Amino acid sequence: MMTNQFSGALTSPRQAPPSPLVVGEGKALHAIATLLLSILFLILPALAARAMEIQSVTSPKGVTAWLVQDYSVPVVAIRFVFGGGSTQDPPGKEGLANLMTGLFDEGAGPLDSEAFQIKLDDAGAEMSFEETRDGIYGSMRMLAEQRDEAFDLLRLAVNEPRFDEAPIDRIRAQVLSGIIANENDPDTVAQNRWARAVYGDHPYSRSDQGTRQSIAAITQADLRALHKAVFARGGLHVAVVGAIDAETLKKKLDMVFGDLPPNQALATVADIEPKLAQHIEVNYDLPQTSLQLAWPGVKRTAVDFFPAALMNEILGGGTFTSRLFQEVREKRGLAYSVNSSLVNQDHADALIVTTGTRSDRAAETLGIVRDVVKRLAQDGPTEAELAATKKYLIGAYAINNLDSSVSIAATLVELQLDDLGIDYMQRRAGYINAVTLDQVKAAAKKLLTAEPTIMVVGPPLAGAGKG
Amino acid sequence: MTSRTEWLRATLLATSLFMTDPVLADSPVLPDTVPAEFKVTDFLLDNGMEVVVIPDHRAPIVTHMVWYKIGSADEPPGKSGIAHFFEHLMFKATAHHEAGEFDRAVSDIGGSNNAFTSYDYTAFHETVAPSALELMMSFEADRMRNLILTDDVIKTERDVILEERRSRIDNNPQAVLDEEVDATLWQNQPYRIPVIGWMQEMEQLNRTDAVAFYNKYYRPNNAVLIVAGDVEPETVKALAEKTYGKVARGPDLPPRVRPVEPDQNTKRTVTLSDARVSVPSFSTQWVVPSYHTAKPGEAEALDLLAEILGGGNRSRLYQALVVKQGIASSAGAYFQGTMLDDTNFTVYGAPRGDAKLADVEAAVDAEVARIVSDGVTPDELEKAKDRYVRSMIFARDKQDSMANIYGSTLATGGNVQDVQQWPDRIRKVTTDEVKAVAARYLVLARSTTGYLLPQQQAGN
Repeated sequence: MMTNQFSGALTSPRQAPPSPLVVGEGKALHAIATLLLSILFLILPALAARAMEIQSVTSPKGVTAWLVQDYSVPVVAIRFVFGGGSTQDPPGKEGLANLMTGLFDEGAGPLDSEAFQIKLDDAGAEMSFEETRDGIYGSMRMLAEQRDEAFDLLRLAVNEPRFDEAPIDRIRAQVLSGIIANENDPDTVAQNRWARAVYGDHPYSRSDQGTRQSIAAITQADLRALHKAVFARGGLHVAVVGAIDAETLKKKLDMVFGDLPPNQALATVADIEPKLAQHIEVNYDLPQTSLQLAWPGVKRTAVDFFPAALMNEILGGGTFTSRLFQEVREKRGLAYSVNSSLVNQDHADALIVTTGTRSDRAAETLGIVRDVVKRLAQDGPTEAELAATKKYLIGAYAINNLDSSVSIAATLVELQLDDLGIDYMQRRAGYINAVTLDQVKAAAKKLLTAEPTIMVVGPPLAGAGKG
Repeated sequence: MTSRTEWLRATLLATSLFMTDPVLADSPVLPDTVPAEFKVTDFLLDNGMEVVVIPDHRAPIVTHMVWYKIGSADEPPGKSGIAHFFEHLMFKATAHHEAGEFDRAVSDIGGSNNAFTSYDYTAFHETVAPSALELMMSFEADRMRNLILTDDVIKTERDVILEERRSRIDNNPQAVLDEEVDATLWQNQPYRIPVIGWMQEMEQLNRTDAVAFYNKYYRPNNAVLIVAGDVEPETVKALAEKTYGKVARGPDLPPRVRPVEPDQNTKRTVTLSDARVSVPSFSTQWVVPSYHTAKPGEAEALDLLAEILGGGNRSRLYQALVVKQGIASSAGAYFQGTMLDDTNFTVYGAPRGDAKLADVEAAVDAEVARIVSDGVTPDELEKAKDRYVRSMIFARDKQDSMANIYGSTLATGGNVQDVQQWPDRIRKVTTDEVKAVAARYLVLARSTTGYLLPQQQAGN
């Protein structure tokens, strides 16, 4: 339903992909600001209901966080990211960053795994860590009245993870179980094939879970080295939402992050253009064929980002009025879900279309998808489509990104990673409204005239169409 | 970290629960002390439609939901899938609006909309700016009675739900197994039939079925309106009377009395071997009462039992099998209490390393047996209660969580007070009561176990 769709609903008829404007997983790593800023503005001029104040808070030791104070629910949410995710896994140690994220609640400082988890439970807090290709994220959600205990445990986890052998072996065994469990899963097999085909030998081609061999090779020393290289103030962005004031937060920021080393020591990762114009078939005897297509993307910082974002939305974005949704599903009933998204990573960008369609008509569905793309590339959208899509993108921001403390904190971290500025939400509608029809047509032509890479997961496509 | 987070539990939940937010699906929640600005109001319209307003003024957003007290378990025999199919058809043309007009009205203002179907209810929802609430209500009230269904529309949308079935069930061995476990666990109750429907019956659903279903169930006196967000109860009342209030009351529906289970006297097993599976797993299920069918306090005790036995990484199953014995990659338990009829209680596990599935199953059975014979400790019980109370406070942070909690409770025979008093009832549960429900219901001699096995283990 929303960006964080826990689609447990067996039967939601429509699936919305994440808003393309928040897909980006982070950008440049830059030094923390030392000035204390405090800027007042509205969430969204279009809704214009009330002010949400985002403050930039900098602690005495120089740790900066964006803060939204809100006392209506007695909860504090913190989210932060250190740049450098699974791309930092050394060759042969794939899965290292992922394994590390499983160990922060498995013992820290004086507390072993059991003691730490009991304290965390008693503190009424939930803590989680996860990695992406480009970053290691941490989150904690706590009750305001127990925030001192919660922040203290977070301090231990961030600064003094123990990486004891017993938990390492246990979590490693769980990861290994997951790797083995997916070895014959068509989707997993296909996504691994896709990553190798599109990214070659770039780190993005590797599995973030690792392999049987690479997982086995990881040692306690590897974990300590990665932690030391990544957990530094230089690569850190923090957002906090909830029942906490700026002065208190400054103390907590110094406590949790103030004693980390100033600079990260990251391996350089090259930018890469996804390799297009490939046809990949992953053949399984399945009743439904998955199709995945990639065209070139556009950088989050590029001048034509918003024209491309509007174009993507018209093609197959989060609404039920998109061209792909109308042509593939509404008119022909060929699929349950079909959508397109702009994917922005630190070192690669792409426009991805995915759908699942009955195997005996997969060739027909593929033809229609390509046709829709071709027409948009040739003729661009109509004025009416563009006007409606602008209204959607402007209005959808608050609903998709600001509907809980946790999602506000997540949004504020991404804004910092993308270096968009603390007043970005105020400016965003202006950027969208300024886009012209010609700019969207140009973006469509630029991205969609390329020959895509196409992956078919199901029976051989050549045999399709025979019923 | 993704792989570690109990992939098996995730898979089981994804196909067993039908709420948008499974984290909260089984926990109707509200804190002990609610600030005035969160005070929930409920009232009835003259035509019998129930209304619940949950104020939340933190963001200029409102969640608008209409829950119909009709789900797959209410379907006529031989028409499985019609409730869910009809949910899809509600997005088609009406006498006043062409197909897609409602969707465009939502997307034009940056809103989001969707719907879902479960065994006991079907819900339609939109999240928009408060200024658009009246527009949403007028569209939603319109499609309650004015839908126009043609054979063309039926045929195309039927293809979409067949594709949905292939995507959710037929392409996924765990989902195929779950369907057949349900059909075995339930010997008589309609929960034995999948919400999405059996393929061969779905293929035959037609316009006559759809129209009959619509006319019988899509009535204001069979619906609950939930509005959560930046809005006042008086405003909601005025707008609801102006829109939904104009829809004529339908004939009174008979009480939702469905076939219930006979005595279950056997231990049953269901096995699926599939080439796509490389790590085996199992789950064992029992028939237990739901919040609606339980004697006072029993469902609360079952919720706490599920939490203590297998609710997370502090639970007995996780600590024993994953941490101490080191034989499982995952192990846990859950109870889906928000159901109209009797429901299921489930334990599950999967081996890791050299351990065998049989070892994991035996260890799970041993933990169940231990709780049946020795009960739970006061400390365990207090901590489990604290986790539930905490989850209530966290739920208030997300307005659609609150809307889902109230909607699902009211659509399964509960009321607003049931939700509000739930924390107190949880607090009152004793260790003896938890032990008693474990002993009464978790009896292996009347259980159903499903095995998902790699192909080479077929026939073992």
